[in-house]
Amino acid sequence: MTDTHRMSLTRRRMLSALATLPVLSLARPALAGEKLGFGELYKSFGVLGLEFSDKVKRLNGEDVTVKGFMAPPLKAEANFFVLTEIPMSLCPFCSSDADWPDNILVVYLSEKQTFVQYNAPIEVHGVLEYGAWTDPETGFRSQLRLREAAFNTV
Amino acid sequence: MRQLLLALASATMLAGAAQAATVYPLDRATILVGSPFDFKVEFDAVVKPEDVKVTVNGQDYEAVFGRKAEFVAEEKGEEDKVLGSALILRDLTIAAAGEYKIEVSAGSEAKSVAWDVYETIAQPKAKNIIFMIADGLSVAHRTGARIMSKGMTEGKANGRLAMDDIPPVAFIGTSSTHSIATDSANTASAYMTGHKSRVNALGVYADRTPDSLDDPKVETIAEALRRTTKKSVGIVTTAEVEDATPAALVSHTRKRADKAEIVGMMLDVKPDVLFGGGSAYFLGKDVPGSKRKDDKDYIAEFKNAGYALAIDKTELAAAAGANDEKLLGLFHTGNMDVTLDREFLKKGTVDKFPNQPGLVDMTKAALDKLSKNPEGFFLMVEAASVDKMSHPLDWDRALVETIEFDKAVAVAREFADKNPDTLIVVTGDHTHGVSIIGTVDDEKPGTEMREKVGTYDNAGFPNYEDKDGDGYPDRVDVSRRLFIAANNGPDHYETFRPKLDGPFVPAVQNEAKEYIANEAYKDVPGAVFVQGNIPKDEDSGVHAVDDIVLQAAGPGSEGFRGYMEQSDVYRVLADTFALGTAKD
Repeated sequence: MTDTHRMSLTRRRMLSALATLPVLSLARPALAGEKLGFGELYKSFGVLGLEFSDKVKRLNGEDVTVKGFMAPPLKAEANFFVLTEIPMSLCPFCSSDADWPDNILVVYLSEKQTFVQYNAPIEVHGVLEYGAWTDPETGFRSQLRLREAAFNTV
Repeated sequence: MRQLLLALASATMLAGAAQAATVYPLDRATILVGSPFDFKVEFDAVVKPEDVKVTVNGQDYEAVFGRKAEFVAEEKGEEDKVLGSALILRDLTIAAAGEYKIEVSAGSEAKSVAWDVYETIAQPKAKNIIFMIADGLSVAHRTGARIMSKGMTEGKANGRLAMDDIPPVAFIGTSSTHSIATDSANTASAYMTGHKSRVNALGVYADRTPDSLDDPKVETIAEALRRTTKKSVGIVTTAEVEDATPAALVSHTRKRADKAEIVGMMLDVKPDVLFGGGSAYFLGKDVPGSKRKDDKDYIAEFKNAGYALAIDKTELAAAAGANDEKLLGLFHTGNMDVTLDREFLKKGTVDKFPNQPGLVDMTKAALDKLSKNPEGFFLMVEAASVDKMSHPLDWDRALVETIEFDKAVAVAREFADKNPDTLIVVTGDHTHGVSIIGTVDDEKPGTEMREKVGTYDNAGFPNYEDKDGDGYPDRVDVSRRLFIAANNGPDHYETFRPKLDGPFVPAVQNEAKEYIANEAYKDVPGAVFVQGNIPKDEDSGVHAVDDIVLQAAGPGSEGFRGYMEQSDVYRVLADTFALGTAKD
């Protein structure tokens, strides 16, 4: 019993801590929006292209929360990073024969956050956006993004 | 004596004072007579054009080469750094075989190189060549595949692999132009052009400028076949079709990562059969799943060029029998799933691409198609994931890939039995640092997995079974299995067990960009931490520098003997097809 009590306290303290961070920067509620899983991004996979799920299409422009792993960023000062379903064992930015998986999300942070241990899962919340986009600074192309995003470890 | 020493010393000092220009093709290059290539001289300093002197066998180069080279006053590097002057003559051909000594000088710089321009026999020895590469194929892969597939009793194999009856004829040195170590780009390129190059380079010598598409080119085998014959060309791989090994047949780039450009180079050469994964680089940028940065729709471009398209196993079988001239088979957006996942465990991305053909299906379909050409064909078949699973130290997947490769070798041998004018070559492109050292036996006492490793007499024999006789073990997670170890790698956890949930991911990057052991395997019972022994920015096991075994059977195979440089293999292929004879 004691254990449960302690755990719930810890959890509450953590939640409130998490809540304050984004409120300071974004003035919008923490962990807002619907949860979106990596398994829910595409309706179909095919050699001739992938098709976004109805859920992605419905949530376009809405706040969502996605859990995943941060891939090692292109450069430390990059204003975006790639969110992957499983930790990346290869670094496509660093290794010429490595390539990104099909189902990645590109995350544009609303303000700088310290990059985290790539081995640990994170939860990212931001505004979902789909469709082709080329990052003007780096030329990095993406199909699915979270804008004005913030993240925390889970 | 003292005078001699003094003379030696001054000569050395002189040599030290003079800067050395670089000449491409490099010294000791072997060049197929009549094949186009780019001649380039790089000076370390900025020199005046009138100071540049180039002779070929003592004559002015223009007289011998028939054309004047372009002089570049200042080549630029990163951030416009001046690299020196250069001389470039593209698409040069030399019509007469022989030794060519190229002497170059300008200012204090001088360089002399010799090329061996060779011709071939006049009459082809074979009509067809099937060149089979298991990427990364090391001796341990063969031994492991044999034990896993056929079993062993009292020290004797219970059966033979298809490749066991193709004579091993040569040891191949795989080193690259700038390093003893090597990768699949320069190794496949050496096989397919006859020129060694630098890591990551395909169909070019690696020059000093940052542009990856301006490096001095050499001719690829597919280009040579188009230039000199009416033979068909086939490329089959389980990787992306624009991956290094398949790309080596058609590509010219300093960077194997130029995959979007490589698709265009494929279309330029138009292989009659092109099977594999990698459709993401065929799709225009706005199609979800595309990895292109432009709007080019290469699916449409290949169709316009007369290709039929197959996108799964069913379509491949149907298309192989059809009469279309050319066939493009794309079965995955990325690398195709490995046999263990595709046929048995249904892991990896098999749920997304459930109807992928295997290497055996693709090899059969390619031979069906190509053998319709009465002029013959050159087919390259690559089992790419022997390498792709050896990098992450996933030995079970690498061995099952080797078994599948062997089944494709069986298909090739069957074809050659019916068509004896076919040369078969079976080889790898480079090796991995891997060995089988014994078994892991779950029945051994205790909980420590390390204590269950059997070595020497205690290894015994594994208990894989193949009750359905398909050549694959019914399961890889038997109680007494092969213990295979890499001699290098990143920090990781050794679990002593097959990875049934998907390919092994030994290490992941941390915030300091160092690869650290993947914690996901830490709590596997009995797992032990293995300290890495290569730099921390390396993500997986690396290629070995060890020689590759090359096996060959059929007409032309007598050309392979003893130790050979990887680039010398090309000369045997060229001889087999008589690609370098005086025309008309």
